[in-house]
Amino acid sequence: MVRSKSVLNMMMMSLSSIGLVGVLWVLYGYSMAFGNDVGAGLLGNPFEYFGLSGLFAGNYLATDTAPDVTFPLVGTIPALVFVGFQATFAIITVALISGAVADRMRFGPWLLFAGLWATIVYFPVAHWVFSFDGVTAETGGWIANTLVAIDFAGGTAVHINAGAAALALVLVIGKRRGWPREPMRPHNLTLVMLGAGLLWFGWFGFNAGSAVGASGIAGFAMINTIAATCAAMLAWLVVERIRDGKPTSLGAASGVVAGLVAITPSCSSVSPLGALAVGIIAGVLCALAVGLKFRFGYDDSLDVVGVHLVGGLVGTLLIGFFADPGSPAAVAGLFYGGGVDQLWRQAVGAFAVLIYSFVLSLVLAYIVKAIMGLRVTDEEEATGIDEVEHAETGYDFSSHSGVSGLAAHAGSAGKASTDQVPATAGKEG
Amino acid sequence: MTVSEVSGYGRQRGHTEVYRGADYHVDLVPKVRIEVVVDDDLVEKVIDSVTQSARTGKIGDGKVWVTPVETVVRVRTGERGADAL
Repeated sequence: MVRSKSVLNMMMMSLSSIGLVGVLWVLYGYSMAFGNDVGAGLLGNPFEYFGLSGLFAGNYLATDTAPDVTFPLVGTIPALVFVGFQATFAIITVALISGAVADRMRFGPWLLFAGLWATIVYFPVAHWVFSFDGVTAETGGWIANTLVAIDFAGGTAVHINAGAAALALVLVIGKRRGWPREPMRPHNLTLVMLGAGLLWFGWFGFNAGSAVGASGIAGFAMINTIAATCAAMLAWLVVERIRDGKPTSLGAASGVVAGLVAITPSCSSVSPLGALAVGIIAGVLCALAVGLKFRFGYDDSLDVVGVHLVGGLVGTLLIGFFADPGSPAAVAGLFYGGGVDQLWRQAVGAFAVLIYSFVLSLVLAYIVKAIMGLRVTDEEEATGIDEVEHAETGYDFSSHSGVSGLAAHAGSAGKASTDQVPATAGKEG
Repeated sequence: MTVSEVSGYGRQRGHTEVYRGADYHVDLVPKVRIEVVVDDDLVEKVIDSVTQSARTGKIGDGKVWVTPVETVVRVRTGERGADAL
């Protein structure tokens, strides 16, 4: 969805999130999120499972001398499987932010921001939302246990969290040069469509996987993930048909993402009909919300705010309306006779994470800006961030470009050899 | 004859594309540029065949222009002028 001159940097920001957050997760991230609470449900003990210690020792295979298979479990699954599953949430949340600053953020400052943000924002928020008392630790986080707001698979912890951070980072880093006057159209929509398909498939892992077992709850979450996503895609296309005249492929892909985001928190608590409603509402609202950046003048390159923040809020808050007591979460929303009890819990959870993430992200962005600066120069931005930050280009469309590559190589070799001559001469002299 | 893919426009205007509700006007239209080097007595015949094949009667059909060529050398043999064509 970025321009061709920025495609590698966009992919690198996501891929580097995997590398960086993966390392932090093993070291102390999992422990900060799922270790025993250190006070008031705000943070897990970072040292309890440091380096995943205490999560792997035991007998993995039964033998004559040790007939019992014993290794740590979370629920019914091996603890390390849970660690790996939750690692993907930490990684995707950090990677999501990068879409907002595509085309202009230097790579080093991105890594610094990503590492700090994961540590100070994501790991604590994951503890608040995902750490239930008595599952991975005796005492968990406040949103999950004290407030009892529902976020089944990360609408609050992942999407509101990343969307709010994206908004803060975009406000600090500023617009791309020429935006919104110059067209910055996506350079390869077939890749976008392919990505939407991969994303939808992978998302079943997030949503159904959050049942933490191959159970009826997983099946329920999977069906809701189908229902809401399909409805959201159609809803987005209808909005485009009415507003712009044509239904677009980017709109269909965006509708898929909007539906997936909105059903993420709610897939355990709404009925399949409720999921259709969640999808339609998310599709319509997100299709309208991507226009907000033009109205308010913030350059969110890939609509992280319009799709993930808005979609996450829609899904999280709609639980308060559509929660069906017959669903696995067994909570009644406003439309099912439950009154506003669940609605205010959802609202407090959503806005607590939104405000925490936004404020901390603003502070982190200013700190990184003060230390390293955030963006490339105007000239470098015009040249293209792939070339400037990574010394690469994504595509080679010309059959002649190999010649210039050889010439460049020969040039540097030639330079090196001339450099050696005076050095040798100096020694002999 | 040499054929190249180029972009450009004359009286024909481009088109508008829409991405997530944002309009982008695309001015340059993809075109094909054909260069043919021939003897003077064939010029009218070439013009006729190109115009007949390319004409649809709508704006955007394109243009044919004729320029003199000073000389032509066939690289392989060194022949010059009409012999090189």
